[in-house]
Amino acid sequence: MNKLALSDDILMKIEKPARYIGHEFNAVVKNKSRVSVRFAMCFPDVYEIGMSHLGIQILYDMFNTMEDVWCERVYSPWLDLDAIMRREHIPLFALESQDPIKDFDFLGITIQYEMCYTNILQVLDLAQIPLCAADRGEDVPIVIGGGPCTYNPEPIAEFFDLFYIGEGETRYRDLLDLYKDCKEKGLGRVEFLRRAAKLPGMYVPRFYEAVYQEDGTLVSFAPAEEGIPAAVLKEIEMDVTNTYYPLKPVVPYIKVTQDRVVLEIQRGCIRGCRFCQAGQLYRPVRERDVETMKRYALEMLKNTGHEEISLSSLSSSDYSKLPELVDYLMDECDKRHVNISLPSLRIDAFSLDVMSKVQDVRKSSLTFAPEAGSQRLRDVINKGLTEEVILKGAAMAFHGGWTRVKLYFMLGLPTETQEDIRGIAELSNKIAATFFEEIPKEERKNGRVQIVASTSFFVPKPFTPFQWARQCTKEEFLDKAYFTKRCITEQLNQKSIKYNWHEADVSVMEGVLARGDRRLSKVLLKVYEKGCFYDAWGEYYQNEKWLEAFEECGLNVDFYTRERSLDELFPWDFIDCGVTKDFLKREWQKALAGKTSPNCKKQCQGCGANRFGGGICFEPREADNFCC
Amino acid sequence: MKIRVKFRKYGPVRFIGHLDVMRFFQKALRRAEIDVKYTSGFSPHQIMTFAAPLGVGLESNGEYMDIECNSVTASRDMMERLNRASVPGIEVVSVRLLPDSAGNAMASVAAAEYTVRFREGREPDFDWTQALNEFLNQEKIMVTKETKKGIQEVDIKSGIYEMRLDPPDAVHLLLDASSAGNIKPVKVLEAFCGAFGRELMENALFITREDVYTNAGTLEEPRLISLNDVGADIGTDADIVPMDTVLTDTVPKIIMEDDSHHEQNDSRKTSAQ
Repeated sequence: MNKLALSDDILMKIEKPARYIGHEFNAVVKNKSRVSVRFAMCFPDVYEIGMSHLGIQILYDMFNTMEDVWCERVYSPWLDLDAIMRREHIPLFALESQDPIKDFDFLGITIQYEMCYTNILQVLDLAQIPLCAADRGEDVPIVIGGGPCTYNPEPIAEFFDLFYIGEGETRYRDLLDLYKDCKEKGLGRVEFLRRAAKLPGMYVPRFYEAVYQEDGTLVSFAPAEEGIPAAVLKEIEMDVTNTYYPLKPVVPYIKVTQDRVVLEIQRGCIRGCRFCQAGQLYRPVRERDVETMKRYALEMLKNTGHEEISLSSLSSSDYSKLPELVDYLMDECDKRHVNISLPSLRIDAFSLDVMSKVQDVRKSSLTFAPEAGSQRLRDVINKGLTEEVILKGAAMAFHGGWTRVKLYFMLGLPTETQEDIRGIAELSNKIAATFFEEIPKEERKNGRVQIVASTSFFVPKPFTPFQWARQCTKEEFLDKAYFTKRCITEQLNQKSIKYNWHEADVSVMEGVLARGDRRLSKVLLKVYEKGCFYDAWGEYYQNEKWLEAFEECGLNVDFYTRERSLDELFPWDFIDCGVTKDFLKREWQKALAGKTSPNCKKQCQGCGANRFGGGICFEPREADNFCC
Repeated sequence: MKIRVKFRKYGPVRFIGHLDVMRFFQKALRRAEIDVKYTSGFSPHQIMTFAAPLGVGLESNGEYMDIECNSVTASRDMMERLNRASVPGIEVVSVRLLPDSAGNAMASVAAAEYTVRFREGREPDFDWTQALNEFLNQEKIMVTKETKKGIQEVDIKSGIYEMRLDPPDAVHLLLDASSAGNIKPVKVLEAFCGAFGRELMENALFITREDVYTNAGTLEEPRLISLNDVGADIGTDADIVPMDTVLTDTVPKIIMEDDSHHEQNDSRKTSAQ
């Protein structure tokens, strides 16, 4: 057992001290004198969130299978401990060894959402690592970023030495070998980074230069040195079955958000919803072998003792072996008193049958994500869900005993009109009406149905067909939410409908950061200096401080939310995620014309992801015979 | 079959709260493939109770968890399996079969024994090692206690069964730990310092719970025995003993065989009253 980095006095004073003590079951402890690379893997949010993330579990497992590497975990200390660490100058430490992060070779940070950017600064600050990469000397770790937000790394470019673009399974070994080699030769930090920049998938911001026009848009974005590649192609694991998978994930003591075995059955999504970034970034769809999944499920349940297992993918219903896998799991889990959770399932006869077997119908609710209220707007966003399908699914669910339905919508989608918004209320009303039509009075449990309609605000993201779209202002968003509320109260079944909406100002800022450029690094530094972090936690987000910081930096929020012209050079255009800008442009124009695109299983749309030479792109199409 | 598991808790895991220790064991029992019985219904859970909850930061050499099993293996085997499924600092030291008549771990707690040390630099600034008797000889030992009715002054003297110096600088305590009269060691040390006009410093104590006891005597004539001594080791090496092959009368028999050995141990623990 290791001595803890925090004294008993501190641990007795703070909330949930178990966040900071390590020593969880399956945590990997190595002899530090026998490894040559020490890697601290960070999720810049609180422990309970960070521990729930599959991606870092995969990388933690991968690194620790390497004999010369010891990978440890670190998360954002919660506000109470943060204040103590600042006051007492306690350096941020890794959970396993409890050693200071500043003594590590690498600090890897996974970046899953924009509003955690200030927490990255918190982590660097507490670790006593200079916030800007340019200020770092030989004695601090190489700070490397990864995850979905790094597909537009520019707003946080100043804080990172290196970004790894794409899936982590493929290129880390090469990077670490290069690091060891440079260290042995005494080449120093900058030379290591120069050489790393030439490895596939690596982006080293310091070797690139952005030139802006007077109006703030980019003139050029290019390497500042000979030999540095002009474009960075994402890394991708094409053999998703025979690769790393964390069969012995760390089992936390305290309850975390994802307190269960997670089985990633496939990567990517065939659907092509036009607002969805993940649906484009992770193309092409790659399925994992079902026999391997069965074996992993049992092994992981045995290795963790978890009482629940969950399938993970962007759209589980599209996994070709889903019925086989679910049947198997139901059988095996029943023997072991293990619950099954099945998120992201389409509501149909199969899923309702499965759900009625794995959950308590009376206590659970069904979720539909129509995303838009009218068929016209659903066509614009390419959400292939019709009113007929939703009402049929709801009717089946009501006959199956469910009485609670959750509906997810977005407000502020491109081309949205008041009629589309009214559609949210009308669809909610029709679902309630379906209940009363389908279920005779004497069979109604508690006599009621409960519809919860939630709206979030649309945020345009890079590498989606909507990357050209204008984002609404806070005022526009709130007007839309109030209008939605009014429409709902006008419905006949309004008493059965509950309406929630998301915060508007934080959605605007998320959009600004998502499509931001390198100049935003200064804004982020200012915001952090003003005391902002944990901005992803609504209650700690201070909009006025963010607006102040923009003003002090001479930048304008509206510049980042505006509609972009088709020929504009984007800050993220130098990254190649496999999907071409031409394809996205075609999809944007189809969207404006209200035309849908069939999914990858039906017909190839020529997005460009087939260049990776595998996955769905090379499987037979359902509609091959109709194809031109 | 009711099984009593005794474990120690020390080192970093001292900072895991009671509810999380329960969660830990729910998972550890599955990892160890112990054949625990589940409740029926839509969300079945393991049948499990814990004796007195241990506060965050305290160390213990005698924590108890009772579980119900469908089948068991030898004590030694179950103990080894649990320890393989455990973490540094949570160490199972005994697994025993309880007689059917035994009350559950929580309900039967009567007393708890502690070793208390002052952290360095936080000892009271008087010759406290000589003052214990004077403290105990007071007519009443009043402390404030937070109850549902608000803050109350209560006399805890009758609940301090033993309090003596464990040389050179530890205090040995045997305190009432029943649900009605539970006394926390920190309360006793606060009262002790208070009696001599001192205030106990913040986080001044390092507390180890040594064991938890049940009353095997009567209310009038209590006889405290360790919770561990209520059960008996499962000595057979038989792989799995299904429930219906365990004859009910074998259980009391095992207890009787072990009784003499218990008596020796227990005489020391008889109430100090």
